[in-house]
Amino acid sequence: MINKDLLKRLLETFGPSGNEEAIREVIREEIKGYADEIKVDALGNLIAVKKGNGKKIMVASHMDEIGIMVTNIDDNGFIRFTNIGGVSPYTALYQRVMFADGTMGVVGVEKIDNMKDLTLSKMFIDIGAYSKEEAMKKVNVGDVACFYAPFVQDGDYIMSKALDDRIGCYVAIEALKALKNSPNEVYFVFTVQEEVGLRGAKTAAYGVDPDMGIALDVTLTGDTPKAKTMEVKMGKGTAIKIKDNSVLAHPTVKKLMIETAQENNIPYQLEILEGGGTDSGAIHLTKSGVPSGVISVPCRYVHSPSEMVSVKDVENSIQLLVKVLEK
Amino acid sequence: MLLKRLTDACGMPGGEGEVRQIILEEIKPYVDDIKVDRLGNVIATKNGKPGYPKVMIAAHMDEVGLMVKSIDDGGFIRFEQAGGLDERILVSKPVLVGKNKIQGVIGAKAIHLQEKGERETPLRTKQLYIDIGAKSKEDTEKLVKPGDYIAFDSEYVEFGNNLIKAKALDDRAGCAALIETLKHNYDVTVVAVFTVQEEIGLRGATVAAYKVNPDIALVLEGTLCSDVSNVPEQSYITKLGAGPAISLMDSRTIFPKNLAKRIYDIAVKNGVDIQYRLPSSGGNDAGAIHTTREGIPCTAISVPCRYIHSPSCVMSKDDFEGLKKIVKLFLEDIKEGEYIRD
Repeated sequence: MINKDLLKRLLETFGPSGNEEAIREVIREEIKGYADEIKVDALGNLIAVKKGNGKKIMVASHMDEIGIMVTNIDDNGFIRFTNIGGVSPYTALYQRVMFADGTMGVVGVEKIDNMKDLTLSKMFIDIGAYSKEEAMKKVNVGDVACFYAPFVQDGDYIMSKALDDRIGCYVAIEALKALKNSPNEVYFVFTVQEEVGLRGAKTAAYGVDPDMGIALDVTLTGDTPKAKTMEVKMGKGTAIKIKDNSVLAHPTVKKLMIETAQENNIPYQLEILEGGGTDSGAIHLTKSGVPSGVISVPCRYVHSPSEMVSVKDVENSIQLLVKVLEK
Repeated sequence: MLLKRLTDACGMPGGEGEVRQIILEEIKPYVDDIKVDRLGNVIATKNGKPGYPKVMIAAHMDEVGLMVKSIDDGGFIRFEQAGGLDERILVSKPVLVGKNKIQGVIGAKAIHLQEKGERETPLRTKQLYIDIGAKSKEDTEKLVKPGDYIAFDSEYVEFGNNLIKAKALDDRAGCAALIETLKHNYDVTVVAVFTVQEEIGLRGATVAAYKVNPDIALVLEGTLCSDVSNVPEQSYITKLGAGPAISLMDSRTIFPKNLAKRIYDIAVKNGVDIQYRLPSSGGNDAGAIHTTREGIPCTAISVPCRYIHSPSCVMSKDDFEGLKKIVKLFLEDIKEGEYIRD
């Protein structure tokens, strides 16, 4: 059964890259009592250890989401901004944004004649202020905001902002709760700054120094009308990564995942992602190398305020992770 | 004068020797230990009191410039870039080639000889050459060989409203401020690192930060300043004369807010002008330092420089003085036990 209350908290909490304080507290509260040790490192990664005598396994899911940073506020109270992570001007247009203190705004645009000319530098955020002074009571240069879209779950689908990668965090949390007798020492790491270049995973992996790395993230799908060709479909099982731009899944990790899925009749798909990367890209290059793989949740409309995943895929991902960790 | 000596010296990425020599001489009386590591970084330690954190302060010695690629039959030098340059600024600039600083000028086909199409597009590096006044290929080869560095020939000049024009203010301004910082005593241990090869990918800082493994780090830079004609105010990255600038975000680092705000507040409290550096592309040594080992809290404070990465960088002496003041104030503000990891 999906934990709707937890999902809502994970998905609606504020946390653009570099600003993960609030989402870290939500996760810390949720996992208290399930981990033997919890710490936060210098960059802000949340590291929860489930002790064991076997191999050290690092499970990474990133807490951060894409967002924007304020660069300028004009005399009439309109706010200019830049992107944090992969923000498309086309998906940002007329979306609502939310600042850390709850201040809401909408993304507007200067008059442009051709939509092809749309760039973030021509866009602004309107928080309903009539002057610079009024705007600056709520928002200052350097403040960050995330996109705002309430969480929806109906039947098999979940629709929300930040499924990338709070759904990975959800999978990790539920696996941590379900994990009873692992022969391994498991480090559940909720990483920072993945969206800007896998930065949190890099320092966390150095500190943990694992024998194996597993990242949990979303992946794209090829199942929408005239989509770019891709085998992965929403609702057809958890996705075991073969490759993306940051990592080639290590043969032993890949094999472990595939065999575990088969033994336990967990529906799975093989994922070849032609763009993008995830925390395993940083983990596998740590120190003298760490065999690493990725369990992905197929996700439509990634980096939009209405990303969409299947409940079944999420449950299958949790099950696969638990079974792998118990091996 | 220190800043003049540093900016008149030449130090392309990987060829920082001349700059390093000046720095080693300057800092020797003020530090407890000096090492030059295998990549050429200068790592100088000034011991503080026990129980206080180790603060790494980095400034890069290298500057953007050019490198000799080949010598053509006419004795002209073909070159490539060493670090990121706007190739449109290159034509007709005087340059210094190699260790012996052979004078030359970057030449191109005269406008009279250019076709209409050619006149409308900026000259690319491959269309340019350096003329050192040689008569033949052999003549040039006596003085120059492939791999030699080429620096802009541009002297330090003071002008206008307390301004400086020089080459390489990015980041000799940071180097000069760091040298001055070492002349005072602190409770914290200061590890001054003068890094190599920043302009071609933060390479020196990557290994130096690993070696030093500080509790906290500070990067001193010369940075973009776009408060000029034809730039809308919302796109100003920094403003000249408005004080040193604390970074918020660039393409390599999201800077910790609490650290940026702490320094900003210290400056305001002490009457030192201070500004935020707006997010933009580009990166500095902080990008390498903050992801070192288990992660290091790192911030960057910069002197705004107009026309950066050109032979004529322009900065304000007031902003430079402000940088020295704020670094000293921050180091003095750090308390026993702060930032120390368990």
